[in-house]
This record gives sequence, C-alpha cells and structure tokens, in this order.
Amino acid sequence: MIREPLIFEISDPGKRAYVLPESDVPAREDALEDVPLRDEIAGFPQVSEIEVVRHFTRLSQTNYCIDIGLYPLGSCTMKYNPKINEKLAGLPGLSAVHPLAPEESVQGNLEILKRSEELLCEITGMDAFTLQPSAGAQGELLGMMLIRACLTGRGDPRTTVLIPDSAHGTNPSSAHVCGYKVREVKSNPEGTIDLDDLEANMTEEVAAIMITNPNTLGVFEKDIRKIASIVHARGGLVYMDGANMNALMGTCRPGDMDVDVIHLNLHKTFSTPHGGGGPGSGPVGVKLEMEPYLPMPVLNREGKDLRWDFDRPQSIGKVRSFFGNFLVVVKALAYILALGPDGIREVSEFAVLNANYIRKSLEDEFYLKYETDTLHECVFSDKKQLEYGVSNLDIAKRLIDLGVHPPTMSFPLIVHGALMIEPTETESKRDLDHFIEAMKRIAREAGENPDILKSAPHHSYVRRLDETKAARNPVLRWTAENETRD
Amino acid sequence: MSYLSLSDKDKKEMLSKLGVDSPGDLFRSIPDEIKLKRRLRIPEALSEPEMLEYFEHAGLRNDFVKGLSFLGAGAYPHVIPTVVDYLSSRGEFVSPYTPYQPEVSQGTLQIIFEFQSLICQLTGMDIANASLYDGASGAAEAVLMAQRLTRKSKVLVAKTLNPQYLQVICTYIRNLDVELEEINFNESGRIDMDDLRKRMDDTTAVVVTQSPNFYGVIEDLQAISDLAHENKALSAVVVSEAVSLGLLKPPGEQGADIVTGEAQSLGMPLSFGGPFLGFMACGKKFVRQFPGRIAGQTADEDGKRGYVLTLSTREQHIRRERATSNICTNQALCMLRAAIYMETLGKDGLRELAVRNVDKAQYALEKLCELPGVRKLSGPIFNEFVLEFDRPWHELEGVLRGRGLFGGLAVGGFSSGNDRCVLCCVTEVHRRGDIDLLVSTLKEALKS
Repeated sequence: MIREPLIFEISDPGKRAYVLPESDVPAREDALEDVPLRDEIAGFPQVSEIEVVRHFTRLSQTNYCIDIGLYPLGSCTMKYNPKINEKLAGLPGLSAVHPLAPEESVQGNLEILKRSEELLCEITGMDAFTLQPSAGAQGELLGMMLIRACLTGRGDPRTTVLIPDSAHGTNPSSAHVCGYKVREVKSNPEGTIDLDDLEANMTEEVAAIMITNPNTLGVFEKDIRKIASIVHARGGLVYMDGANMNALMGTCRPGDMDVDVIHLNLHKTFSTPHGGGGPGSGPVGVKLEMEPYLPMPVLNREGKDLRWDFDRPQSIGKVRSFFGNFLVVVKALAYILALGPDGIREVSEFAVLNANYIRKSLEDEFYLKYETDTLHECVFSDKKQLEYGVSNLDIAKRLIDLGVHPPTMSFPLIVHGALMIEPTETESKRDLDHFIEAMKRIAREAGENPDILKSAPHHSYVRRLDETKAARNPVLRWTAENETRD
Repeated sequence: MSYLSLSDKDKKEMLSKLGVDSPGDLFRSIPDEIKLKRRLRIPEALSEPEMLEYFEHAGLRNDFVKGLSFLGAGAYPHVIPTVVDYLSSRGEFVSPYTPYQPEVSQGTLQIIFEFQSLICQLTGMDIANASLYDGASGAAEAVLMAQRLTRKSKVLVAKTLNPQYLQVICTYIRNLDVELEEINFNESGRIDMDDLRKRMDDTTAVVVTQSPNFYGVIEDLQAISDLAHENKALSAVVVSEAVSLGLLKPPGEQGADIVTGEAQSLGMPLSFGGPFLGFMACGKKFVRQFPGRIAGQTADEDGKRGYVLTLSTREQHIRRERATSNICTNQALCMLRAAIYMETLGKDGLRELAVRNVDKAQYALEKLCELPGVRKLSGPIFNEFVLEFDRPWHELEGVLRGRGLFGGLAVGGFSSGNDRCVLCCVTEVHRRGDIDLLVSTLKEALKS
C-alpha cells in the first residue's frame, strides 16, 4: 500500500478548500493598528477539498477499528459503538446549544444530564453522580479530591492512599496529582488483595484504598466487604475504579459493596466510542456523605424545572469548564435507554460468557498464572512461548498479520509478559473463534517457526516500527527541513 | 435494542463447553449476599424510533436553538465545513482504540503528528501534544508544569483569565504547595503592568495570561513575557478563541514559554460545553516535563516512515505516580475534527476567517456604542467585547429574550459589583441583519 504523504507535502499556494461568503460589513483593518499581527501562518496547508477528503479517507483505511474486528483489550471494554448514538449526539437541537444559555432555554439538555445521573445512580447503587470529569483519569483525580475534602471535613485529610499491585497506572498517578503518597498492597496467590497485607498497611495515615472490582486480572474481590470494613474501621474511605463495570451490571452494585466513591468510563462500559483516544467521560458517583463536596454547579429538580445550583460552599471547585463532555453523555444515556433493565444485565452476563469461553479455549496453549474464577476478562502470560524465545510482544505483532488487534500487553504488572483479554459482550462466536484460532496458530508457530513471530507483522501498512529511535531522536512535528519522502 | 451477537446455537455450545447451564452460573465468585435480588429500576428498553423521539423531544425543549445568540465566553459559534462532520464520522476514526499498536493505527498517529505540527505553526512553538480535555484543564496543566520546571511556589494569574479556567486551576493546585495571586486589570481591560511588577518576585514560577482575554481584550504578551523572564519566571499564555491565532501574532513569537488553550472554535459545535479540545505547546527544552500524549516520527524495519506514540516515560502507564500528568484518554476525535478543519480552511482561509471576525465585531461594537449611555473598554478586541449600560443588564436582557435574542453574558465588569455589563461575542455566523436586530432591540429596551 502506497504511503500517504503528510498534508504539508501536498500543499501548494493557490489551492483552496473553503470559501467564505462575501462580507456584508465594512473591512476594518484600522481596528488592530496597534496590535502585533502575525505574518502568514508559515507551513500551514493549502490544499483543495478533494485532497482533504482523499487524504483523510486513505489515512482512515490504515486504521484497525471495532467496525472491522475484535479488540480483545483487557480493561478497555472495546464493545460495539451503536450508530444511532452518533446520530442522536449530532442532532442540532442538542449540539448547537451554548453552555451558558439561560437555564429556562435549555431544559431539554438539562433533562438529559439529570436523567443520566439518576440512571447511573440506580445501576451503581450510589447516591449522587457528577458528569463533569472528561475521562476516567480525571474522574479518579476528582475521586481523590472528594476523599481529601471529606476527610478534611472530618478533621484530617491524611497522607497516603493504598493501591493494589495490580492497579492501572492512572490510579497512583491520580493519587499523586492530588498530593497523596502511594503505598502498594500485595495480591495473594488467588490474585486478590492480601487481607493481612491490607491490615498491616491500613494505618491512620491512610485516607483511602483504590480498588478495581473485578480487578485487572478479571477476578472478583470476593472479600470486598471485609476490605471495606478494615478500611472504614480505621477511618479511611473506599474508592472503586469502575473501569471493569462491564462485569457487574444488573448482577451486583458497587454501592451495595460498601464503596464510598466510584468513577465510571462511559467510553468503556457504556459504549461511547473510543475515537482513537477520546473524548471519553468519567462520571463520579458518591455516597451521601460526600455529596456536598461534588464539583459545581450541581443540577437539581425544582418542581418541573431543572436548575443549576452554584451555591455549594463545600464544593471542591471544578475539574473542567462547563458541565463535562455532554455529547458523550448523550450517547451513554441513549445506550442505557436502548437496553433497559434486562439488556443491561445481559451485557454483563454475556461479557462474562464470552471471556470465559476464550479462557477455556486457550488454557492449554497459554499459561494462566491464576486458577481463580474470572469474570469478563482473563490474563494469560507468554511463559510457555518464552521457552522458544517468543515474547508477548511477538505474539501481539503476529496477531496483526492474522487480522486481530493484540490484547492488552504487559499489564497488570504482577503477571510477567501479560496478555490481558476482554472480548466484551458484542462479539459473535464466529469472531471469538477466529481470535482463538489465531492464538492457537501462534502457539504452534512459536514451537515450529519462531522467526515468523519475531519478524511480525509482515502484511500491515507499516512493518514493526522503531520506537527506540523515536524516543532517542524525537521528531515531533513537520518542518520543511525534515521532509522524508518514500 | 440489543447489540449482542450470539445465536441460540452459539449460546448452547459455549455454555456446554464451560459446563454450565446459564451465564448466571459463571458469577459464583460473587458472594450471594452482595448480588442484586431485583431488576434494575430503569426504563424498559426502547427501539430506535422511540430513542429518536425521546431525544428530538429533548431538543424541542431547548428554546435556545430557535433564538439568535451573541454568547461567547469560552464557547464560540463558528461555521463548520461539511467535510469535518463527513470525514470524522467514518467508523475507522470513530471506533478505533488508542494507537498503542502503531502498525494498525497509522491513520490516527499520522493525524496526531499533523495536528501537533499545525498547533506548533499556529502558536509559534516547538512541540505540541495530542490534546488535553479543554482549555481550563490545559491552563491547570500549564501551572503544574511550570511548578515542576522551576520548583518555585508562587503562581501569578491574570484577573482577566476566564473565571472557569481560574476555578479549575485552583481546584488542581488546592492540595499542592502552590500559592496563587491574581493580577489586577485597568480600564483598558488589559492587565495592569505595574500591579504585575509589584507582585513578581524570585518565588514566582509562572505568569498566566489569556489573550484575547475573558473580556475580549488583546493583551501585550511581549511585555508580560519580558517581565516574567527578567524575574526568572515562565510565561504561560492561554488562548480560548483559537481562531484569533489566524491573525494575531502568535504567543510563541511574543516570548511565551507555554501556550495552552481551547481549540473548540476549530471545528467543534457549541456542544453544551463538551466535548471540547484542549491544546498545549511549549519550547523544545521543556519536553521532559510536558504532559499529554505525543506522536513522533520514526521508521519501520524496511526503512519506511511511520509514526508512534513516543516519550511515554513521561506518562502514567509507564511512570505511574511520577508521571507528568495522569491523563490517559484525551480528546482524539475532537483533535481529528480540528485537523480536518485547519487543513480545509488552510493558510489563507484561517486568516480570512479571523479578519472577518474582526470586521463583524467592529461593526457591532460601533453600532452598539452609538446607543445612549453605552461605554466600552478602551483596549483592542478580536471578536468579543464588554459593554456597560446605564441600567442593570438583566432588565435589558428580559426585553431581548422576549424577541428570541440572547445578547451575551452578564459579567461583573471593570468596576466590582457592577451588574450593568455584558460580554458580547460576534463571529462570521452573525449576519449584518442579525447585528442590526440586536442593536435595534437594545435601543428599544433602553427607551422603555
């Protein structure tokens, strides 16, 4: 496939892709006489509309995506993105609305926000939700801020947050941005939190524990209420990273498991598209005690109307401008309304069925560190393949040749050479079997022909890329000098 | 609706392979006492036509859409070329994952590289990232970055910064050892350089200014940056109306060390506030402390050019608690829209658009200032301006609303406790007739 050039490389003076209407007001160059103005925007493209369309269309064709095939990415919940949701978020009646418009003139959008909060409360068993955070990580940060505010309100914010050794990188990162120190809690041989290690680490300096349930191994923390009681007994709070909510919906609720604060990822569990890296949305749900600290403004029902409440003296402030990623929330609300109570429960049931089917199908070929029951995801390792010098990286790159996106790699850190697999509930048995066959083939090739794995991928738009060179000699933008044509 | 894909036969086969009767049997690891014993109390499932009806009905309850609005203040109405929606709705752009596997993500990665390059060109800086959540969190990340770089604890922020951005900065620094002071402004609407000089000392990490500022006024960025540098502080410039960069001298050519802000104007609808598009750019020497995802150019095994996410040791998935930011998912699809927008408008188009905004705003400003008792700030503006009336704005607003007009945002204005000021935004979407209608309706309102 011919390499698509950079837009700057096909740009030339005299080409236009867009035309403004004739101006109906006088030209006013004099208005900015005393203001430094720029020269022309050096290097900015000059192309025609067809060139823009071909450029982006060709580039799109080099992307793998859910609309093409499975993403068995653990903890990412890459489920199908319903097309109706795109249409709904594009309705001008919803999207052409200014966030600062007077409340009376935007009751429709306010109803969408409030309804979403209420439904998320019911699904998670929490008392109140904020839709302000733009992504899971921002939700985690907000969760940490709420914990700090709540404990400060009780008299002592404390200094430390406990995080299991299997946690996602955003957990310690978010705790740190909030000014907390991080202390690791070990996992036991079943892959769940070691209760003795927790007891030992749960001191009066600990503000909270950040848990993921089911954890990043796909294992349900069955001692969750005991974990919560150990933490609560010493005055701490329980934060749940809700990234793995896809395993639980309709079956159990974090609020019923003594969780104090939770964040959700709408771009995971609630089907809003990943878009190649966002926009997501990371709503945060809390129990009543933390409600006063929620970011402002808060949306309240007053009779038939919805009103913003800015009078929130205990609020932690704002984590972003306006109200959050509203159009992303529209898609999540649409999803919940489309599925209803039975559909929502079936999401989790079939997510767990699909994952267990894969686990059972591959447990002979690939090493499973933990024998424990798993729910919606499972973590294999490259241990057996390492005997032939084949690592999880090679397995990943060979999967690309076989038409599948690789699973999550090298995470969680407690499994060496990890391959974390989460198919989600929207995959057909045919697509699951295609993935299983590809993995079995790779396991065979590891023994018979390891070189074909180590030099993979062979059939992709680019071969294996030199990431070391990219970091050592960073080229992070186009300039006329660093043009390299193929 | 249902998005499941298993046939009855499939389910039977899979359940049989697992030795269970139903999917519910696979949840035995969840203690019974925790399990929900009832159905979720959420509305029964809807079909597509019913969903359309629900959301279209919500749209009808938004009277705003039927009116004529001059609201800006951090969210700007602009025309969006058709190709932006068309191209960004492709499944290959909407439904992929983050490009951690570069061999199957060259589309996304090359577009990130192009976006970074375009932002560098617009802002006059060396490096840009793949996006942040919005302008407000961009401002907060800039403060945190400056603090990490200088190891100093005082942050000076212009009072003319968008108040929501200030609020977000304060929320982010609350739990850190950072002390924030606000710089006053004068009757021009620009920050007071004497006040800035007074507050600056050797504990100052960074000066944060917005231009055009919240009141629409263009600041003297060179003077501010020079003063910051004299005191070994950094100059961080926030741009909340990205179209202004099509005409105004970029902050990078006026001494800025960090440029951040909001790129919603480059192809995002008003969206009731989100998703928007934060951007950030800085000088090469600060790259190790720069937050956010970055794409870099490299070569593959055959020596052919390709793109990868790079310098990941700054990020949370590698560095965990020592990362430069906790950001993971950012605003990639919005970034794509902005890249399409910028490449479509192009060098000449973006400048013409910026000039058009100036012309429209000047026309409106001139006509409005002819009204009795109306005053304006003396500083130069781009496409937003503050007007002070001789009576409370909410009285005038009532008349405007009655005619379906949203005249602007009530602001405290330059004298504190002033309820007679409004912040008005005029862009290329406003026709001469729209502006004339605003003027004539206000004229009427002032008479009554």
